[in-house]
Amino acid sequence: MTTVILRTAARYLLPLMLLFSVFLVLRGHHEPGGGFVGGLVASSSVILYALASGVRDAAHLLRTDPRMLIGAGLLLALASGLLSFFGGQPFMTGQWVSLVLPGMGEIHVGTPLVFDVGVYLVVLGTVLTIILSLLEQ
Amino acid sequence: MNFLLLLPILIPLSAAAVSLLAWRRGPVQRRLGLLGTSALFVAGAALLLHVRSHGIQAVQIGSWPAPYGITLVADLFAAIMVLVAGFMGLLIAVYSCGSIDARREQFGYYPLLHILLAGVCGAFLTGDLFNLYVWFEVMLIASFVLLSLGGERAQLEGAIKYVTLNLISSALFLTAVAIVYGATGTLNLADLHAKIQGLPRGIALLPAMLFLVAFGIKAAIFPLFFWLPASYHTPPVAVSALFAALLTKVGVYALVRMFTLLFAEDAWTFNLLLAISALTMVTGVLGAIAQNEVRRLLSFHIISQIGYMVMGLALFGLASDGPAAVLALAATIFYIVHNIVAKTNLFLVSGIAARLRGTYELPNLGGLYSDRPGLAFLFLISALSLAGLPPLSGFFAKLSLIQAGLRLQQYEIVAVALAVSLLTLLSMTKIWTGAFWKPAPGGNGAGDSAISPGRYGLLLAPVIVLAAAAVILGLGAGPFFDLSVRAAEQLHDPTEYLRAVLGDLK
Repeated sequence: MTTVILRTAARYLLPLMLLFSVFLVLRGHHEPGGGFVGGLVASSSVILYALASGVRDAAHLLRTDPRMLIGAGLLLALASGLLSFFGGQPFMTGQWVSLVLPGMGEIHVGTPLVFDVGVYLVVLGTVLTIILSLLEQ
Repeated sequence: MNFLLLLPILIPLSAAAVSLLAWRRGPVQRRLGLLGTSALFVAGAALLLHVRSHGIQAVQIGSWPAPYGITLVADLFAAIMVLVAGFMGLLIAVYSCGSIDARREQFGYYPLLHILLAGVCGAFLTGDLFNLYVWFEVMLIASFVLLSLGGERAQLEGAIKYVTLNLISSALFLTAVAIVYGATGTLNLADLHAKIQGLPRGIALLPAMLFLVAFGIKAAIFPLFFWLPASYHTPPVAVSALFAALLTKVGVYALVRMFTLLFAEDAWTFNLLLAISALTMVTGVLGAIAQNEVRRLLSFHIISQIGYMVMGLALFGLASDGPAAVLALAATIFYIVHNIVAKTNLFLVSGIAARLRGTYELPNLGGLYSDRPGLAFLFLISALSLAGLPPLSGFFAKLSLIQAGLRLQQYEIVAVALAVSLLTLLSMTKIWTGAFWKPAPGGNGAGDSAISPGRYGLLLAPVIVLAAAAVILGLGAGPFFDLSVRAAEQLHDPTEYLRAVLGDLK
């Protein structure tokens, strides 16, 4: 599998796919996208890299055990739901703030986005745990 | 107090997440296992006390109002089940600390245990049909991994049967959910209560039967039980005990919820359930008598006992007057709790016996009575409780079921229940003579007689607690049964449930 063409292509595709996965997460609140597909795209970028350069390099690229990502994502998603308790509202009630950024106008940031990032990490961690351990065999 | 309602789901999920972060550290995971399950137990107790004094509690997740969003509801039945799940989780976590090997620990035993508990508690608390499906899947996926964790040959064989049958069941469940949604346009259980009754009988019967088969597979009723004895004896005994305690009971819980809240009107369905319960009792116990491997024998007993629980549900539906219906359902609830306590303990004892002797086969076991009389005594309490001897918990569970049967003049099912009790006693005697009474057969030194006292204590502590629980549930049956009656009243007359979920919409 490790040909020069694939290795070179994977190196260019990796950042593009990661960028696209972030785009999908941000887009997900109102349009098709979200944490789940974003996580899948991100994990496929890492898998492509693993196919081209080997599992060890891909694991090195991650810097952490993919299982850590599952735990961190799960905690992040739970924390996003818990924020609403401070306002005395039921679990997972969306909390929003408006930010005015110079040059970008006003944007809304809320806990559903944090939840989506949590989902993104869980999906990324789960898929990579499965695929990387299969590739190691 | 809506926080209390969420704790049984949030605690195990956070415990799972934190143990995932401590992936390679066994001692940390063990401590988190104990901590998380203790917290769950305490949260379950607090929830039950709160529901008992303040009535049914409901939370609309994300503030989306009732028929549209997901609702969590805790009535007494759900709260009792959550408390029992936390109790079992704690005891199994203690037992696991003494019995689960380092390899399984490394591959995520404890995070999976927490996720399984989160799925179980979620299924008990949800008030939404699709959400129930999701919790079932959470629970099942965790159980798939727990069952096959370790990758022994027998385990994988059992896991394939278990996974296949449960996937079929999930597909049927999902089909039924889709039909219900197509016919009524809602998935909120409280909202469905009125809308299902407005449907033509043929259309309402279709999802009812699909639910019966889907939950029937999970609860292991006749003739859908064959996956259970094929798989439950393969994983480590802590896992078998956890599955025996909780998984089939979630199926029974879902059956009770469906057939009291949604499909409570059709006598035909309940006659079918009554016939199924009789067949489940009989086939289960006959299968058990034929076995020589302790865990297989106990697995068949799970099936037989499920029959008693379904019997109470069937009698509830066939009762013409309120008190008889409540008595039947209260008997089912009490029976579920009693059975979880007794059956889990038998599995745990069988694990200790196998640890001491190195086998689960009755012909090769023996001599445990002279070696460990205390263990033999603890086994006897749970075994006699399962068979239904006074003054243990099983006696009152069976007595109330039989009273309900007599009051409804269903003499056939009463006769079957009594006969099966006798056969249960017979098969318990088989374990007793095989493993405890007869002298140890010579020439097997595979066991671990020199088990360290500390480790033995970890294994024995849950067994002592469960045996004590069986005695307490029996000697102090009054207050527990009163609580079951109140839970059954809430199920029998769902007005309070509907008001808690839908508010003033009704």
